[in-house]
Amino acid sequence: MRAFVYLKDVVTLRMDEEKCNGCGMCMKVCPHEVFELSGGKSHIVDRDSCMECGACALNCPKQAIFVKSGVGCAAGILNGIIRNTEPTCDCSKNGGGCC
Amino acid sequence: MTDKYIIGEIQTPVGNIPQVSTKLNIEDYLGTVMVRWSINRDNYKVKPGLYAVGNPTALSDVFVTANYKLSFDHLRKNLADLNAWLLILDTRGINVWCAAGKGTFGSQELINRIRLTKLDAVISHRRIILPQLGAVGISAYQVKKATESVHTGSAIINPSQLQTSKLSFSPESLKTNRGFNVVYGPVRAKDIKEFVNNGYKATKEMRKVTFNFTDRIKLIPVDLVYSRYRLLLAFALIFILSGLSRTGLSFHLAYEKGLYGLLNLFLAYVSGIVITPALLPYIPVKSFAFKGFITGIILSTVLLSFNKLGSSYPEMLSWFLLISGISSFLAMNFTGSSTYTSLSGVKKEMKVAVPIQIAFSIIGLILFVVGKLK
Ligand code: SF4
Ligand code: SF4
Repeated sequence: MRAFVYLKDVVTLRMDEEKCNGCGMCMKVCPHEVFELSGGKSHIVDRDSCMECGACALNCPKQAIFVKSGVGCAAGILNGIIRNTEPTCDCSKNGGGCC
Repeated sequence: MTDKYIIGEIQTPVGNIPQVSTKLNIEDYLGTVMVRWSINRDNYKVKPGLYAVGNPTALSDVFVTANYKLSFDHLRKNLADLNAWLLILDTRGINVWCAAGKGTFGSQELINRIRLTKLDAVISHRRIILPQLGAVGISAYQVKKATESVHTGSAIINPSQLQTSKLSFSPESLKTNRGFNVVYGPVRAKDIKEFVNNGYKATKEMRKVTFNFTDRIKLIPVDLVYSRYRLLLAFALIFILSGLSRTGLSFHLAYEKGLYGLLNLFLAYVSGIVITPALLPYIPVKSFAFKGFITGIILSTVLLSFNKLGSSYPEMLSWFLLISGISSFLAMNFTGSSTYTSLSGVKKEMKVAVPIQIAFSIIGLILFVVGKLK
């Protein structure tokens, strides 16, 4: 079920299948079912669902995944522009999601 | 400590560990409501460290969470009838996901907290269970590697800690030197029991982040409170401008004409902060700014049909622009509360939307003034 899919073809997620050993960690940490294992390797099967959280890349023991991670949050991006830093949420709202 | 959730103590080789209740009391529930409305939220922290639920032993599971009181409450509530340890990381009172994104719920803090609490002497196994969303800040393989060298005085540990902690390591753990295995549990704490009964395997459903109607509605109060100053500022501006006429500025006129302006403004806020998030999946475009824009246009049209949008053409047009611009901006900010927008995506939509929102607001305000001076 893909009730919530954001914009098409924008995310920075890349995978180097050469390096992958098929451990399956990326599947375990991804909250949006982006990966699937087949033939002993992980494959990106639903790139547009990726929210660039970075969990897969951080937990891949083979460094087979690349993603420029960050907060998908407009207020955070505005903050970043104002302070001339990377996008950061100030977390003063602390809801169920981020920011 | 006089915290009401502490109901006893459990003896371990490293000393007594506070035992916490798995039942939330009225104070805990009250606190939850207050946090949702952003009242007194800065002081809603739990002391980091090790806690017990039930009567855990050296073989019991360890669950890790943030020291945000709601995260802590939510976890212990869902561990009712289990015997387990809770390892609370210092995230400065911020929830797991947000803290993981910032790196405070991170590998380094976990490694340090394992050492500070001498967890390796409390439990005989090496499995610690983290909420899946913690993976945004924690690297399982790095934690394993770093904790393997826990007794050998590796670079990260500070010597004074090593000295004191060495004394209390059980002889058994000194021999083994095994690193800690991070196991990612389900996204939601309510699935923990099923996860444990399932042999520490999460189903696909447990791994998925959802964003259903209740999830979205729960975030609305926070958004409303968060934007209250901007709303007051906008109220003040429209109120003052409403008092404009060719003869100058009059408070009487502002009072007479300004009230419906305030109502329009308020509705623009409701459109961006309440209606758009509530109807999110049903508005058939993907960009949040565009969704808010559409809701704003529909709302303006409804107001127009009731003859409430303004008394002159420039004023009507100005409200069209202002309401849809404001609604679009606020809806765009809801990307931060959503659970599926990516940084690249939000950047892309902002590049188009922000200039339009600015243009709409400026032209809207000019038309508003023109309408008054006509
Ligand atoms: S975590 Fe890395 S090595 Fe493991 S399956 Fe995924 S891509 Fe392959
Ligand atoms: S960055 Fe996050 S959402 Fe994207 S593929 Fe990796 S784990 Fe999944």
